[in-house]
Amino acid sequence: MKPAPFAYHAPTSIADAVALLAGYGDDAKALAGGQSLVPMLALRLARFDHLVDLNRVDELRGVTRQGEDVIVGAMTRQAVVERDPVVANVVPLLARATPLVGHFQIRNRGTVGGSLAHADPASEYPAVAVALGATFDIAGDNSGGEAGTTTRSVDADSFFVGTWRTCVEADELLASIRFPVWKGRCGFAVEEIARRAGDFALVGAACGIGVDTDGAVCRAGIGLFGVGATPVHASVAEAALLGQTRRDVTEEVLREIGDLAVTDLDPPDDIHASGRYRRQVASRLVARALSRALEEAADA
Amino acid sequence: MHETEVNVTVNGEHYRSVVEARKTLADFIREDCALTGTHLGCEHGVCGACTVLLDGMAVRSCLIFAIQADGAEVTTIEGLAPADGGLSTVQEAFRQEHGLQCGFCTPGFIVSTTAFLRDHADPSEAEARDALSGNLCRCTGYQGIVRALMRAASELKQTTP
Repeated sequence: MKPAPFAYHAPTSIADAVALLAGYGDDAKALAGGQSLVPMLALRLARFDHLVDLNRVDELRGVTRQGEDVIVGAMTRQAVVERDPVVANVVPLLARATPLVGHFQIRNRGTVGGSLAHADPASEYPAVAVALGATFDIAGDNSGGEAGTTTRSVDADSFFVGTWRTCVEADELLASIRFPVWKGRCGFAVEEIARRAGDFALVGAACGIGVDTDGAVCRAGIGLFGVGATPVHASVAEAALLGQTRRDVTEEVLREIGDLAVTDLDPPDDIHASGRYRRQVASRLVARALSRALEEAADA
Repeated sequence: MHETEVNVTVNGEHYRSVVEARKTLADFIREDCALTGTHLGCEHGVCGACTVLLDGMAVRSCLIFAIQADGAEVTTIEGLAPADGGLSTVQEAFRQEHGLQCGFCTPGFIVSTTAFLRDHADPSEAEARDALSGNLCRCTGYQGIVRALMRAASELKQTTP
């Protein structure tokens, strides 16, 4: 047995899960799909006295359309999202990013909320959330109350704090993620470079484009991954796209917008790639993803 | 120590054991069920040698604690072969196409391939390679494994109308 000993808790409601997390504080960790946490426990990069397993909390699972949003329960498995017709229809960027997450055996177990709360900056979902403008619903303890929970909502830009760090406190729980449905003529694309299929990307970009009736860009979302401590929301590059038509956006303009997206970035060097390489590739991947998204939006 | 009783159905048989919470499903299968066909390579979710079916879904059994599988149904490599001691279609295809050399990774490949072909009856070679990317083999160079998957796919297609 490789992980250090821990006490195991398997609550069946959000309220019970939050009460356990609040009770044990920093000594406890929420266990979602376990595809990142369990390796860290096995390698003893992390250890906790208590694990709060969320796999038996039914209310954390499921995909529902509610008005202008698609709400994905935090414990919805990636394999479920991959096959969900609602997600494929109205949040295509999430559907297209999912096959890039690990391998199919990982996605059978891994969850959407687990990946987001784990907040690995090289993973796809955080960049998708930033690009689309998702909202995170975080359940908290009802300050000493007997039962029930409070919920606060945080936008994607504020959710990610650093490598493997989010704004979710030790006594809180990511309950669901609300992905806004982009209306009208839209296009979406995700591009990444990885050493092998299923590996963490060296760098990648997730993009969404909306165009008005004249074909001019009226909405743009660009999220980068693998380029820093958190997913990067390239808002300056987004602004540069507004009002432009597909005709305006030549290969040269795409190149400039790609460069704009990485202007302030200083990606890390590691054994797999230099920071300079990551920056150059990120710029090109933004251009490539935007080109595909623009095409799709124009033809929509 | 935090010990708990765990009940799991493995290959149709019921197993009951008192285990520590930190015991993985992989160790439970090997030690408590004495089913040593499931192999452990990396023990942190990279190599895929320990792949089993948990309620029908292919998963890495080293990344699940046995206690999480309480009440679940597990199928291991031993459960894929027919009861008469013969080979399953996927196993036979691996033998015919030289999809193994030392054999250590093979149980994981067979379980992954079996699960993949259940959901993808007519895969392209690109899809096959993507499906196999979650399992590591250090001997074969993968060519034989890809051929084995494709052969199994075409044979399963012939036998199932």
